[in-house]
Amino acid sequence: MGCDSWKAELDTYLDGELPEEEMRAFDAHVRGCPSCSADALTRVQVKRAIRVAGKRFTPTADLRKRIQKSIAAPPQRSFGLRWTLAAATAVVLVVGWLAASYMVSRSGRDQIYSEIADLHVATMASSSPVDVVSTDRHTVKPWFQGRIPFAFNLPELQNTEFSLLGGRMAYLDQTPGAHLIYDIRKHHISVLVFQERSMKLSASWGENVLSPKNLPFNMETWNQGGLRYFVIGDANATDIDNLAKLFKAAS
Amino acid sequence: MAINDRRLVYSSVVSETSLRLESFEQLALPHFEGLYNFACWLTQDRQEAEDLVQETYAKALKGFSSFRQGTNFRAWIYKILRNTFLTSRTGLKASATMPIDVEGEEEVLPTTEETPESILLQRSDWQRVQQAMEQLPVAYREVLLLCEVEEMSYQEISATLGIPIGTVMSRLSRARKMLRAQLRPGPQEG
Repeated sequence: MGCDSWKAELDTYLDGELPEEEMRAFDAHVRGCPSCSADALTRVQVKRAIRVAGKRFTPTADLRKRIQKSIAAPPQRSFGLRWTLAAATAVVLVVGWLAASYMVSRSGRDQIYSEIADLHVATMASSSPVDVVSTDRHTVKPWFQGRIPFAFNLPELQNTEFSLLGGRMAYLDQTPGAHLIYDIRKHHISVLVFQERSMKLSASWGENVLSPKNLPFNMETWNQGGLRYFVIGDANATDIDNLAKLFKAAS
Repeated sequence: MAINDRRLVYSSVVSETSLRLESFEQLALPHFEGLYNFACWLTQDRQEAEDLVQETYAKALKGFSSFRQGTNFRAWIYKILRNTFLTSRTGLKASATMPIDVEGEEEVLPTTEETPESILLQRSDWQRVQQAMEQLPVAYREVLLLCEVEEMSYQEISATLGIPIGTVMSRLSRARKMLRAQLRPGPQEG
């Protein structure tokens, strides 16, 4: 039968999977061939029946929910990601804050350095650099009593090149403190003592911080017994350091 | 400035990730009903089908990075479901009856075997069709379902089942022949 070769491909034809040209030829043949068109009709019916019968199972709403949740689970992953990002952001913020506060404290510290330098310069330029003129520490120390809210020791200067010129009141950051002036080989050195807790940014001070480069003086500062000491002057760094050592030893 | 740049980078990472997740959901959810139906036909057990679908989605999500965008997602996820089924206990049993295909072995059905009158299906006959489909070995049932119910192209079926197109055609042909044989009214039905 001549139709056998057609019928062999009838399913492929009905599935629409024949090449375009063959599809057209098939169309023409089926239209003109009662046997093939009847067969095609049956097969189409079966195809349709399978399609209807095949869509048999409907999932429950519960399963859909579970699947949706499991797909939404990656948000859990992104939850982790979000936490990671939050942590990273926190780190950035903390580092930023630390850097900012470091810069603020550094600029605050620089500001105090320059204020100390100003105090030193202003005192040197003053017509009356000292309020208490004495080379005797036993005279100077009692002078400060009642004027400043703390007591401190002045070093013994015997066998050193330093000499005490006198003392005066100083104010830094609206806090009263002691300002002592020493002399060494015609160089004047200021020693300023303040209560650290009454000074702003006290926590940002390091120990034995040496003078910043932009100041025309040598300077040394440290904390001892809750007091902040500054030794500043145009003397060389060794003299500044030696005077600082004397104060450290005396306290 | 640096902090703003960093924020931009973070936000682009987030949006890229969420975009990928979004696209998985968008690609995978529309196939939920179809996958479940297919799973039921494969396992012939609703509970097992539910587990199979859940496992399929979990695997697909996990392996989504290996899915090549622009290729056929439906074939990809159906393939995952079918492979998962084949490694299940029911699937292993079923795969024991997998046919050994010989390409080009498509049979030409003698026209005398069936005439249009012999299988005139009534609307109420869908149960008979379902029963006939249940009787089919898994290898024929699945190819028929993918073709007729999922309306996949031969190319898609080939990708899903991992068999050549020629084999798809020969299995389909055989599946239809078996089904038609089942549907032909027997002597008991008069």
